[in-house]
Amino acid sequence: MPSMTLTVNGVAVEVETGTTVAVAAILAGQPCRLSVGGAPRGPLCGMGICFECRMTINGKAHCRSCQILCEPGMDVRTDD
Amino acid sequence: MSAAAYDVAIVGAGIVGAACAQECARRGMRVILVDRDAIGVGATAAGMGHIVVMDDSEAQFALTCYSRRLWQELRSELPDDVEYEQCGTIWVAADDEEMAEVGRKQHYYAARNVATEVLDAQVLNTLEPNLRSGMKGGLLVSEDGVLYPPCAARFCAQRAQELGAKFRLGDSVQLIGQGQVVLSDGSEIRAEFVVNAAGASAPALTPGLDIKKRKGHLVITDRYPGFVRHQLVELGYLKSAHSVSSDSVAFNVQPRRTGQVLIGSSRQYGAEHREVDHGILAQMLKRAQAYMPGLARMSTVRTWTGFRAATPDKLPVIGPSTFDKSVWLATGHEGLGITTSLGTARLLVDQMTGMQPEIPIEPYLPSRVGKEHVHA
Repeated sequence: MPSMTLTVNGVAVEVETGTTVAVAAILAGQPCRLSVGGAPRGPLCGMGICFECRMTINGKAHCRSCQILCEPGMDVRTDD
Repeated sequence: MSAAAYDVAIVGAGIVGAACAQECARRGMRVILVDRDAIGVGATAAGMGHIVVMDDSEAQFALTCYSRRLWQELRSELPDDVEYEQCGTIWVAADDEEMAEVGRKQHYYAARNVATEVLDAQVLNTLEPNLRSGMKGGLLVSEDGVLYPPCAARFCAQRAQELGAKFRLGDSVQLIGQGQVVLSDGSEIRAEFVVNAAGASAPALTPGLDIKKRKGHLVITDRYPGFVRHQLVELGYLKSAHSVSSDSVAFNVQPRRTGQVLIGSSRQYGAEHREVDHGILAQMLKRAQAYMPGLARMSTVRTWTGFRAATPDKLPVIGPSTFDKSVWLATGHEGLGITTSLGTARLLVDQMTGMQPEIPIEPYLPSRVGKEHVHA
């Protein structure tokens, strides 16, 4: 399987083509976002409905990471 | 009126009614607060919660200034969920004409002991880097603030309750007058004074009262902390908000404590339905994006509407009605009800109890309108 590398909060992670960003965050051990109270959040529904998996991808905040495929060199960060 | 169970029955548990209940209870009156829904769920929940001094008229300036001071005095007692933040207002000048207005406004406020600061383009850009470049400057009114209106209304109502006030929620009011409130189930509440604080619904209880519904839209975004730091209002707002005939939109954004951005504003007469009007919503968001292009990349969470209670002279109606000495009015606050609720309550209860009000009350008296029907 072809693979690629991207970073989640600066942590490099290698994934196969077709992997969603939400999965990359899990593999990197990073939360998708933090709640107003500061609690870590991760993907819940996995189909773009619950908005729990929002992340900042290449500088754009609140992207639903479960709906976006990884690309080489992507800069992914936990939403605040 | 010794048969009356209450000294005062207040109809409408928005922020104005809740503030009046608190003030009555504070002065030892027996109070009941009546609402067809719950506390703070009508226009109170639809509004932005901007605590602002406005200078459309001397009377508006006096009431907003007095009320802002009352909020500041209450500040240390407000619970965390009221989210009071003294973030300041910046009136943004987009052209030279509006920059001239900044100078006029600064002098007007200074002459009335309200401190403001004129910002040049560079300082404005430093304070609010997400405004588009090319703005001429602005006026910072640093003691203005924001709060979360439903919780502020609840706070006032709870204060009233702690001082003995009763609530009657969930039953609509059929009519008021002659020292009583008649509810839809036919039951009656007797009180020496009945206060109509029903906002844009007030004319249904006081026929002939010249108050019109003025519909507004608001949008709230997801969390983008730091994107905007002050309440930002375009100076063109003065032109658009005051056009009494046509629909209008204005750039008016507010930072929430959560990092969310509240985006307004729109004004429409003759629009009686709650539905979002996508045409005017698009105009409102385009206007906002013309001032803050970065808004275009943000995701929004919710859009809603509400109805301001608008009077012809843009001042609220506070005091005894002209047709029934038991009926008092506290309505017509248009877009300033959150700010002026506390001042309204003081002025109303000062009149009821024969105390000397802190500011002249004549501009707000119902008798100035003089169009209420006389009931037999």
